[in-house]
Amino acid sequence: MTKKLLLLLTAALIAAPLAAQDLGAPMGEDQPVESVQVEGEGEAGPLRGTVTDESAWSDIGIAIPAFATDRERPTPANQDGTGALGREIARVITADLRNNGLFKPVGPDSLPQPGFAQITAPVFGTWSGRGAEMLVHGYVRARDDGRLVVGCYLYDVALQDELVREGWVVSPADWRRSAHKCADLIFSRLTGESPFFDSRIAYIAETGPKDHRVKRLAVMDSDGANHRFLTLGSATALTPRYSPDYSKILYLSYVDGNPRIYVYDIGSGKQTLVTENRNPTIAPRWSPDGKYILYSMAVAGNTDIYRIPATGGQSERLTNNPGIDVGGSYSPDGRRIVFESDRSGSQQCYVMDADGTNQKRISFFGGRCATPEWSPRGDQIAFTRIAGDFNVAVMSPTGGNMRVLTRGWQDEAPTWAPNGRIIQFFRTEKNTGRSSIWQVDLTGQNERRLPTPVDASDPAWGPIRP
Amino acid sequence: MNTKIATILLLASATTLAACAKKAPEVLPPPPVERVTQVQTTPQPNQTAGPRVGTQQHFADAVGQATTIYFDTDRYNIDTQDAAALQAQAQYFARYPQVTFTIEGHTDERGTREYNLALGERRANAAKNFLVSLGVDPGRIAVVSYGKERPVALASNEAAWAQNRRAASVIIN
Repeated sequence: MTKKLLLLLTAALIAAPLAAQDLGAPMGEDQPVESVQVEGEGEAGPLRGTVTDESAWSDIGIAIPAFATDRERPTPANQDGTGALGREIARVITADLRNNGLFKPVGPDSLPQPGFAQITAPVFGTWSGRGAEMLVHGYVRARDDGRLVVGCYLYDVALQDELVREGWVVSPADWRRSAHKCADLIFSRLTGESPFFDSRIAYIAETGPKDHRVKRLAVMDSDGANHRFLTLGSATALTPRYSPDYSKILYLSYVDGNPRIYVYDIGSGKQTLVTENRNPTIAPRWSPDGKYILYSMAVAGNTDIYRIPATGGQSERLTNNPGIDVGGSYSPDGRRIVFESDRSGSQQCYVMDADGTNQKRISFFGGRCATPEWSPRGDQIAFTRIAGDFNVAVMSPTGGNMRVLTRGWQDEAPTWAPNGRIIQFFRTEKNTGRSSIWQVDLTGQNERRLPTPVDASDPAWGPIRP
Repeated sequence: MNTKIATILLLASATTLAACAKKAPEVLPPPPVERVTQVQTTPQPNQTAGPRVGTQQHFADAVGQATTIYFDTDRYNIDTQDAAALQAQAQYFARYPQVTFTIEGHTDERGTREYNLALGERRANAAKNFLVSLGVDPGRIAVVSYGKERPVALASNEAAWAQNRRAASVIIN
């Protein structure tokens, strides 16, 4: 931002708060995906051969040939029709399972293509001969109303048995969601874990030099597709959080010259201040049921944590301490909040009841504890560990079993996958200040960078989509 | 003490404050553009040479490096060097009571984003409170924290970080 603009914004603040002027076109409402019965004979067979050993996952060979189509038809989802779309869907599933280091899938580009009749009656010999242990089949059918039916089947090649099947009706624009749903089905069936691929990420897109960084609110699917910028970049945007139902995003904007939290409505593209107040508000968070918003507010220089009903109303102060109390993350049952405070002299992590009572420190392992985030499973808290370098670490909710998962120079601000198995964070490069979003699994062994069109920071992973 | 500060203030207009820096950054930010400045005790609003009252340049010409104070890592206390700079600012603002300004609080990059926003707020308020204690009307002072979002020194080393841990007074015009 130019100095002139800064002065203009400051002047605007002094005069009167103006309506936000940094918003791009609205995205529109998120459409639910409908589940349907899919082609096949009778019920799925008994469940056998569940894989529970993490170390074994990546050894499973999964063949994912192109999805078949009952009839080649045009669809807005793919200019070459439903057959080509079936191949694309298999590619997306393959990328989901491979990129997260969970399996070793083989995609449609190096496999024979099954016909429609084989989807429910696989030729197992073809696949066992290729060394595949698991086989994914599926089909795409364009309905007369333009919507797509996508079926997804998982087979155990050795047992020659169907493990699971599911189908979805999606609008052509949502075709990737059917692929993520299928990847989720496969992942859940083989690991016993909850799904996470059909989810979105809000983050901050960064461009420009280190001393004039342009920071825009942006969103994307969990694999980086369907990327959208939501703000234009004239005002610095920071620290977004998706609401649990994906209808809103909380984030910080300097649009009126001061750091303030706004509630951005995804359907309408409009936004409102989280609280009408002259004081700066930072570090927004949702309660797991979406009914409360946590925020941190500085009054006369001292920052404390407050909560307010998401529908508006009276704010309630949760911390009252001369130190900096900031952030906060609810336990999945909504009863407790982990937050950071420097009341002891340096940033450490504390837990309190959701009404602010029973505050007690949980981090005692040396170094500093910042940006704690409670896992959606409830069993772990991820945080930024500051001990020389900044790294992402996890601990139990009582502060035990601390494990450092990353080794960057500055890895910051963990956010959990909806199933609590993977953590995203952002990594800042020394000197250049360039940032990128990375993810790591709980073993710390599978780490990868997420593809984003420009530099990226402050990732916030949303829940499984409705 | 007061005499000493007053002496420094007198010197401040003609020289820079860098000489008395206890914890000044090794590499200082670029100095304000040098201009021929009248060392005078009364304002002359209609003068044509030099910047207008109510501009950052006029302020910087008058107080030199004292437009900005610097902090140690994670600290927000006003030490003697900061106090001297804020005394210079207070004297300027007493002389030009129509001038309003913003104190921008900043941190270095070696902190988490939200904590740094809170820390920048603390620093800017520490500077504001000190100026108010020197008689500056709090209604003339706006405060904003940028945390680590707006560094002036771009390297990732101690010298750069020392320059970025700052509270800068910026004239509103």
